[in-house]
This record gives sequence, structure tokens and C-alpha cells, in this order.
Amino acid sequence: MTAIVEFIELGKRFGSVQALAQLTLSVQAGEIIGLLGHNGAGKTTSMKLILGLIRPSEGQIRVMGVTPSLQLGHEQRRCIGFLPENVRFYEQLSGREVLRYFARLKGAAVSQIGQLLEQVGLAAAADRRVRTYSKGMRQRLGLAQALLGEPRLLMLDEPTAGLDPAATCEFYSTLDELRGRGTTVLLSSHVLPGIEGHVDRAAILGGGRLLAFGSLDALRAQAALPLTIRVRGQWSSTGWAESISATGMSLRQIDPQHLEFTGPESAKLTALRLLLEVQGLQDVDVLPPSLDALYAHFNRESAGREKVS
Amino acid sequence: MNSVLIVAGKEFRDGLRNRWVLAITLVFAFLALGISYFGAAASGSVGFTSLATTIVSLASLAIFLIPLIALLLSYDTVVGEEEQGTLLLLLTYPLTPAQLLIGKFVGHAAILAVSTLVGFGGAGLLIGMLSGEMANAGLWEAFGFFILSAILLGWCFIAIAQLISVLVGEKSRAAGLALIAWFWFVLVFDLLLLGILVMGEGRSGGQWLSWLLLLNPTDVFRLANLAGFEAVREYTGLAAIATGPLFRPYALAAILVVWIAVPLSLAVWRFRHKVV
Repeated sequence: MTAIVEFIELGKRFGSVQALAQLTLSVQAGEIIGLLGHNGAGKTTSMKLILGLIRPSEGQIRVMGVTPSLQLGHEQRRCIGFLPENVRFYEQLSGREVLRYFARLKGAAVSQIGQLLEQVGLAAAADRRVRTYSKGMRQRLGLAQALLGEPRLLMLDEPTAGLDPAATCEFYSTLDELRGRGTTVLLSSHVLPGIEGHVDRAAILGGGRLLAFGSLDALRAQAALPLTIRVRGQWSSTGWAESISATGMSLRQIDPQHLEFTGPESAKLTALRLLLEVQGLQDVDVLPPSLDALYAHFNRESAGREKVS
Repeated sequence: MNSVLIVAGKEFRDGLRNRWVLAITLVFAFLALGISYFGAAASGSVGFTSLATTIVSLASLAIFLIPLIALLLSYDTVVGEEEQGTLLLLLTYPLTPAQLLIGKFVGHAAILAVSTLVGFGGAGLLIGMLSGEMANAGLWEAFGFFILSAILLGWCFIAIAQLISVLVGEKSRAAGLALIAWFWFVLVFDLLLLGILVMGEGRSGGQWLSWLLLLNPTDVFRLANLAGFEAVREYTGLAAIATGPLFRPYALAAILVVWIAVPLSLAVWRFRHKVV
């Protein structure tokens, strides 16, 4: 396997703001990588560095073996697809005309446009002006634009923002199809649900630093984050709750009808089995650790490391 | 080179689509016909006057109009794409900033060239037919030169507008700056020169003043067109002082080309440094 993107001790400063620091990361060909983190964590900055739109302040970056810049690496840029956050197009052109312009600029076959429009579900609206498109339709057009010329490296900045659930689902099936073709994909997100099953590895960024990098299951296990079980029911006493607390779950009473248990993932099944026996139980909710919790954990950990060193 | 042509092609099609080409063509045609028809009104008659008279009046009016149209056409070249949010995406394509800017210049230049050629050229043919001057080859050469220099003048201001569009960060500021540029080159500059001339009471001599005229593309255009007509030289004050080999029409046209190249190169240079 060869590294298609490589960050080596990379840093980027905008004035006095350190947007990225000491970032070392390599992406192998054919991988699907999730860049996770809150706004301002450095996700978009990382993508702009890969595209050569900005230059690093420190360290090095290699994309397909070259240092990206606007002047050089045209051959490389032909192999890269990019969907920016809040993508915008020429309002007075139709979707098909927009794609034709970008395809010609990229040196991609104009003949694939019809099929791409079909794939993102815009075939019916292809000849309408972009001005009339909804946010979701613009996002789909942006995706079609990124897929022009069958890129080897695809970068998607918040690809599901503005998409409805059905379109999000279609997007993920497109992603799986790309995986089959061997396309390397970098996608950023500030939400965890949805992308979990589709990324090979996730890089968690916070405050411009790489907090963790690995498969999501491994990250979750590494963080050993507690999960939460919420229950609702009609009961006279909550004495039964003690047996569940005994499995290692801590109890919090929200009101007489609502209780919340928090504890390790290993206790989940035992606790659920006990809960289902309880008289008067009406509803059970299991909440896996959110990106927020994961993020907070790795953030704390890195702060701790810094204090030690 | 190919990318330049793709960008230029899109700009030109946009110009056709949003009726810029049509509008400019009609404005130029009606201007030429109107001047020719009403040009002699001061002497108490209307009707199509000769092409030579028309060219002289048209050159004076074109000085106001062409820079304005060119600035309107191109002031948002880069800043417009930036505000629209498409610049970032364009720059991720296999396209250098220089290719993007030059492509846009070529597209806008083509819009203006086609409009000028069709608008003025069409009107000129009509005037020539109506005034019975179709056989006068010298006249057609002068008229051809007028169209050529008008196109070059427009291209100067497209280049200036593009420079403005890379210097500022907002479209509204670009518009303001374009207006100031128009005001400076079309009105203020000549008034200043005139003021200097009057204050010096003519003692300072005309030679260096005529060189100063080359610092303004509208004056270069004026000199180029008026210098060709001996009769005109007699009664146009400013043009009369500019004599010498550099003040021949085709030399002046070459100076207009310099006036295109310099702002455009500055714009490309600035754009390169702005994005990276």
C-alpha cells in the first residue's frame, strides 16, 4: 500500500491563530477516512492544504508524491475531486451546463454528465437553472461535480449537510460504491451518526491537533466511554434499580417516571436483561457515546498529556 | 492554453445570455446613427452627414462611454466569483490563477470587440451608404482605425477593471473604485493638465505636456483618432500640441496595447499572491 496523502509535522498559522499544529498523518490508497471534529478543529484547513489552496507554515505535505500548489501538479489535480462546504455555483446556468463547464476544465469526458446527474438524483432538474435549486439539490450537484473524471482522491467537506435522510442514505451507498472502485475518500463531519459504518478510519481533530486516529470501534474501546440507558415507566418504588446499579451502572433519577443509568459498555446486556423484567416498564432507550463524548475524552487526554510532559 | 479558452468561452456565452453583447451593440449603433443624423443640427439642418464628421464626434463620445461599459463589464471578474463562492472551487481545478484571469480577460475582450465591431461597423456602413461615400477608401481606413482603437480602448479598461477586481475584497468596493477610475481617466486627468497649462500661461512649452497625455489611455485614443484628420488638428487644442513620431496613429495604438498589458500583468501578479 502506498500513502496517497501524507502530512509530516504539519503546522498552519493564520496570523496569531494556530489552525493546525504538529499534524502527522498518512492516508493509504483506497481508504475512506473520516475527519471528525467541531467547527474550527482544522478539518477544512487540512483539505485546503491537500488541495494546495494554502501553504503550510511548518512541516511538509505530500499528495500523490508531490507538494500541492496552485502552479504545479496539474496532473495530480485532475485526479482529485473536491466538494467544498456550502458549495455554490453559477446561478444563471443549468445544472447540466455547470457540470459541462467543470468537466471541460478538468479534462473529463462530457459524456459522463448524464449518468452522474442520474446517480445523484438530479436528472429531472438537470436543465433548470441552479437559481431554482434547493440547498439539498445544490449539495447533490456539488457531489456530481466532485465525481467528475473518476477521481482517485475525493475530498468531501461536510457532504451530508443539507441533505434529507433519504438523500443521505443514497450518499452513503455512493460512498460504498466508490470504495469498491478503490477511490480514496476523505470526508469531514461534525456528527458521528451515519458515517460510522462507512469509514475505515477516523481522525479526530480538536483545536488544530490530531487527538486520535484509528477505526471508530478501536477509538471507542480505547476511550472506554460509558453508555447511557434511559427508562420510562409507572412504578411505585424504584427499589428494583439497585440490582442494576450492582452491574456497575450508576443511577440518576430525572423524575419519578424517568431514570437514567450510565455505565460501561460491558454491562449493557446484563442491565438490559434485568430492566426488561421490571414491572411497569414502558420504554427503554440505549444511547451509545456520542462524538461529543468521544471528542471530549480525547481532548481531555491530550490536555493531560501536555501537563505531564 | 486550453483552460484559458474554456474560461473565455464561458464568459462569452454568459455575455450573450445576459444580453450584454446585444445591449452594447445597440448602444453603439444608435450612438453612431444618432450622431450622424443630428450631428449637423447646430448648423441648422438634420440628415446624415459625412462619415468623417461622424468619426470625430463619435471619438469624443466614445471616450466617455467605452471606459464606462468596459468597467461595468469586468469590475467583478474576481471579486464576483469570490462573493458567489465559486472561486475556491475553480482554483482546485487544473487551472492556474493566471489562466483563470487571462481566460476571463479574453472572454470579456471578445464581448466588447464583437459589440464594437457590429455596432459601430454596422452603423458606419449605413451612414456610408446614405451619404454616398462608399467608394472613399481613405475614409474607410480611418473608420476601420477608429473601430480598432475603440476596441483597444475598451480592452485597456477591461484590464484596469480586472486589476480593481483583484485588489478589493467586496463587490461594492470594486464598483466604487471602478467609478473613481472612470472619473479620474475621463474627467479629472484632462482638467488637471489643462489647469497646469493655464497656470503656466503656456510658457512651460507643449512638449512635456504631450508626453503626459500618454499616461491616460483615453487621451491616447483621442490623439490617435484626431491625429489622423488634418482638418481636426487645426481646431482641437490638446491634440495640436502632440507632434512627433510617437504621435502617429499606429504608434498610439501600440501605446494602447501597453495600457492593456500593464494593468493585466499587475492583476495576474496580484491574483497569484492573493490566493496562495
